[in-house]
Amino acid sequence: MLKIRDLKKSFAQPDGGRLDILDIPEFNVDEGEQVVLIGRSGGGKTTLLHSIAGINSIDSGTIGFYNQNLQAFSEPMRDRFRANNMGYVFQTFNLLPAFTALENVQLGMAFATGKQDSHYAVELLQRVGLVDRLNHKPEQMSVGEQQRVAVARALANRPRLLLADEPTANIDPANQQGIVDLIKESCADFGIALILVTHTMDVAEQFERIDRLEDINLLAGENFASDVAADEGGVLSE
Amino acid sequence: MNSFTIALRSIKQRMLSSTLTMISMALGVTLVVGVLAIFGIVQQSFNANATLGYNMVMGAKGGKLQLVLNSVYYLSEPIENIPYEYFLEFKPQDIREQEYSGSYSYKAVKHQQVARTTLLTSTFGVQSPLAAVAALASDTALQSQTDTLYPWKRSGKFAAFTDFAIPLCLGDYVGPYRVVGTTPDMFHLLRHGSTAEKTYEMQGNGRNIEQFSEDHGYFEAVIGSTVARDRNLSVGDTINPSHGSAEGDQHATKFTVVGILKPTGTPNDRAVFINMEGFYRMSDHAKPLENEDQFGTDQQADKIMDAHYVLPVEKREVTALLVRMDPLYSVGIENQVNEGNVAQAVFPIIEIRRLLDFFVSPVKTLLVVLTVLICFVSGVSILVSIYNSMNERRSEIAVLRALGASRRVVYFIVLMESMILSLMGGILGFISGHGLIAVCSGIIESHTGVQVGFFDLAPPMPLPIPILEAISSEFLIIPGLILLAILVGIIPASSAYKTDVSKSLGK
Repeated sequence: MLKIRDLKKSFAQPDGGRLDILDIPEFNVDEGEQVVLIGRSGGGKTTLLHSIAGINSIDSGTIGFYNQNLQAFSEPMRDRFRANNMGYVFQTFNLLPAFTALENVQLGMAFATGKQDSHYAVELLQRVGLVDRLNHKPEQMSVGEQQRVAVARALANRPRLLLADEPTANIDPANQQGIVDLIKESCADFGIALILVTHTMDVAEQFERIDRLEDINLLAGENFASDVAADEGGVLSE
Repeated sequence: MNSFTIALRSIKQRMLSSTLTMISMALGVTLVVGVLAIFGIVQQSFNANATLGYNMVMGAKGGKLQLVLNSVYYLSEPIENIPYEYFLEFKPQDIREQEYSGSYSYKAVKHQQVARTTLLTSTFGVQSPLAAVAALASDTALQSQTDTLYPWKRSGKFAAFTDFAIPLCLGDYVGPYRVVGTTPDMFHLLRHGSTAEKTYEMQGNGRNIEQFSEDHGYFEAVIGSTVARDRNLSVGDTINPSHGSAEGDQHATKFTVVGILKPTGTPNDRAVFINMEGFYRMSDHAKPLENEDQFGTDQQADKIMDAHYVLPVEKREVTALLVRMDPLYSVGIENQVNEGNVAQAVFPIIEIRRLLDFFVSPVKTLLVVLTVLICFVSGVSILVSIYNSMNERRSEIAVLRALGASRRVVYFIVLMESMILSLMGGILGFISGHGLIAVCSGIIESHTGVQVGFFDLAPPMPLPIPILEAISSEFLIIPGLILLAILVGIIPASSAYKTDVSKSLGK
């Protein structure tokens, strides 16, 4: 389903030079497959997820998604493709504070092709155990609940690939397992492929396929400090 | 969930800032609406009477505008008076003879006729055929002479072209309101309304003044609706005009209110109309003449108040005449009048238009420009408000982008925020502007005679674009606000467009 070949990504530096972040000769994910990516902080994991999602453009290589080369798409096409085919769960949830739980899930549907299905949004919130919190705003919910809403939002467009960037990092230990179970089971139930980035081995060990970023990205072990900068937005701060 | 909802929620999220921004815009629009409405009222006030059923005003020589202001709008001071004979130039022969019958000249001629007959009789004897022949010959010669020389033997020189001429005698006041001495024709013949299609109607059981009534003689009055309300007058009440100004000495003569005009939206709402015969009979109103005593003692108070006494034409004057005549002849007659040395004729519509074009319109334009600038400043406050929020909203925009919103969509959302703030402020300003007008409607009506309400819109702009001539100028505010919102929204929208998702998204 997802085939990455010779992916290279670098960021511009203030001195005019380039900082290489990713050099991935090959990376594949099959349909419905659940992959955990582990690696040191700043190893380029977020950059990889952003590149797969089309949020970043890459320098060279190909990202194939069901035999479509995403890099051949224009930016608006990538945006639309992302909305239709990918869900994204962030470490910091990134719910919009002005919207209720239900509206945040509906917001996930707003930019995809096709009809916005409010009933399905309610169903998703029911699935994540928040049916009684439909009209609550993020500030009225616990962090665990907020992440559940974020998971529901990521599933809103029935994606084929779910990208989860350290989804349990900001969650208290008591709720971490619940979030992992939710993501894992939801992907399994809906046949969604998953790339989950984590630092926690307890989380990683619950998945059959665990990939170390150092094994995928040829640059991951070389430039730790640079990777930190790149993950923070591509500007070298040191 | 669509872009509009997202924009609306964003505004709601920053409630305080958004509200202040909207109020700022609302104040600007209130000013624009106010200026447009006020000038609309001024224009309407001027236009309302200018199209009434007369097309020419005549009065003493002097400023044309002053004549129009004091005879059409009862503003400013009258220039001077013109002889009553000038008024009679608009009348047919029979009325002229009737009017002249009390004049000194008429009496003098009659006196001469009697004296001549007496002389012949005493010379030839009462029964003498010679006396009869001489008297006949003398009368025939006299007859041919009077036909050409004596004014009561001919029609007025403008009578053939005149539909009506209504005299106005100005100079007195009831409180701040002008007293207008006139004839019953004022409300019988005059019409009002935008096409002069409406007759003047009285409230309740009121009626028009009569030439002479059994109940009140010559001393009847009809008052405008504003006067009635302001002075708390009703039918049956009496009024004593004061001489020369609102603070002048009150005349002893009382006039009984016999009718109150229904509101017309014309300056007539703010005037008191009394019988012209009664006007002349107030102290010092009849024109004094030199050597008057040789004809009798007309100035004696008891004589002048006698209902059967006809005030001589020579002692009468009028301040102005409202004349309706065939437009085909009006220009020629205007020239003829203005070439003479007695009176001037003006076309009120032309004078009013000139006043509006040369004075009112430039002031209006200036004020509109100023208020539009105020709106622009309000627009800049929208820009500042949204732009300042962009830093804290950058991550939200990045989330929207990550969820699949294109750059164009987030650009449009921010632009829409600007438009919503602008339009909501505009609507608020529109409502408050019209609310203000509605609250001030009483004052506006009493000062201008123009009735305005909450839903009354300013008149169209005089722009050479057909559609704009048909709609209220206030409707231009809407596209204006949208344009302004787009202009001020472009900068923050561009900032949203350029948001670096990867940098702003965090983890």
